[in-house]
Amino acid sequence: MEKQIVIDVSHIYKSFGNNHVLKDFTMQVKRGENIAVLGKSGSGKSVLIKCIIRLNEPDKGNIKLLNTDVLTLDHEGLDELRSRVGFLFQSNALYDSMTVRENLEFPLRRHRIKDEMTHEFVEGRVMEALSNVGLAHTIDMMPAELSGGMRKRIALARTLILKPDIILYDEPTTGLDPITSREISELINSIQQKYQTTSIIISHDMSCIKTTADRIIMLIDGRCYAEDSFEELQNSMDEKIRLFFD
Amino acid sequence: MSDFGKSILEQTGELTRFAMRFFSQGLKPRYEWKEFLRQCYWIGYKSLTLVAITAFIMGLVLTIQSRPTLVEFGAEAMLPSMVSVSLIREISPVITALICAGKIGSGMGAELGSMRVTEQIDAMEVSGTNPFKYLVVTRIAAATLMLPILVNLSNAISLYGSFLGVNIRGNVSWSLYWIQVYDVLSFGDLVPSLIKTFFFGFAIGLVGCFKGYYSKKGTEGVGRSANEAVVVASLLVFIIDLLAVQITDLLGLT
Ligand SMILES: Nc1ncnc2c1ncn2[C@@H]1O[C@H](COP(=O)(O)OP(=O)(O)OP(=O)(O)O)[C@@H](O)[C@H]1O
Ligand SMILES: [Mg+2]
Repeated sequence: MEKQIVIDVSHIYKSFGNNHVLKDFTMQVKRGENIAVLGKSGSGKSVLIKCIIRLNEPDKGNIKLLNTDVLTLDHEGLDELRSRVGFLFQSNALYDSMTVRENLEFPLRRHRIKDEMTHEFVEGRVMEALSNVGLAHTIDMMPAELSGGMRKRIALARTLILKPDIILYDEPTTGLDPITSREISELINSIQQKYQTTSIIISHDMSCIKTTADRIIMLIDGRCYAEDSFEELQNSMDEKIRLFFD
Repeated sequence: MSDFGKSILEQTGELTRFAMRFFSQGLKPRYEWKEFLRQCYWIGYKSLTLVAITAFIMGLVLTIQSRPTLVEFGAEAMLPSMVSVSLIREISPVITALICAGKIGSGMGAELGSMRVTEQIDAMEVSGTNPFKYLVVTRIAAATLMLPILVNLSNAISLYGSFLGVNIRGNVSWSLYWIQVYDVLSFGDLVPSLIKTFFFGFAIGLVGCFKGYYSKKGTEGVGRSANEAVVVASLLVFIIDLLAVQITDLLGLT
């Protein structure tokens, strides 16, 4: 049986004033796939995944997530859908004024307000997410007290706390040393295997892409310039692609 | 039209839209009570010491400064009445509002600005939370509610400062001082000055949140948000004060 398509982005356009960032971008991701999006700084990678959960509003085009049309959803529908999608922000976006525990509880308490959210359930989820990233001891610390790599891992734990079907990673390893970034890449892989998530990983970090991605999409000039496996692209003769691999 | 004039008009329009959004979203349910109370605590309690100290000094200094003029006219006995009217009507509300514009306005500008820049506002949005309601509505409401309370406190403390000022050179007993003060103060002095403080609080919260919420990317943007919040909020305090005096004048409350 053909695997189901869970992320379907078709022909989207997005510009800011005269800056045309996305021009007729199309991509599809099947259930359980790990896709990497590769592109220069400023090519619109963050804009693209923000469009997917409608943090940015595309000017034109269609986006379907888990068979739901994202761009026509009302508020409740959008919140419902967003609770099934995890987003790891480029700058981590940990809430500075809250402890690690409160940071992790925030999406839980906010999304599932009517469910039977017992204290034990929340506590269990928080501990599970923290031990997934190996940072259970930081639970009562403030984000400012953590190192950059630890913050990234806490942000990852917060992304996982709702057990999302889809995870969007915005440069998960940028700004980290090679060892830590390898740890994060392995963490992404283990999460993928444990929870069977579908994910899009944005990165310029070749070793991260190589370990995590099943397929690579090259975002060049606002559109999907090429898509293939790591090995195929590595051996490509196209000049624009070669730039990334040399 | 000059760029400067155009940008002022543009900003006024955007600020008005922001205010409308505050009312339309703030009135709709899922009220964020917990965050609102937390903000009241931060805005009110954390400004208490600063407001109290400045109020005391303000009362004291104004009294000392006013004495020579009154002595010249042989009206030294008028000192408590005159000073208390100026304090309650104008000086205490405006100075308190300016202090809060500096402290609260810049705090909001910087806090929301850095939340914007580090994508915390986006993160709230994808976590099933309306960031405008959670962050902006609560802060503006808290500032609107807390400023009158702070001004009342400042009124009281500045009168104590003034009592001390009266007694440095002269000799007015505690009870006589208060009799003179209450004799001259009427509702027409207190009520309009209290009403305008709600507007001061609203303006400070509005500008602080507006500047922070739409902060430009980068750490430089955060600094600029905080700075502009203070400048614009202080300016608005004076403009509101000017309007308030015209209105009370028209209503014959002066
Ligand atoms: N809110 C916005 N307003 C105006 N322009 C924007 C906005 N967000 C992004 N842009 C512009 O869109 C372009 C793409 O930005 P984006 O953040 O997606 O880049 P990126 O590919 O993620 O780069 P990086 O690897 O550096 O994160 C940039 O030129 C940026 O200036
Ligand atoms: Mg980016």
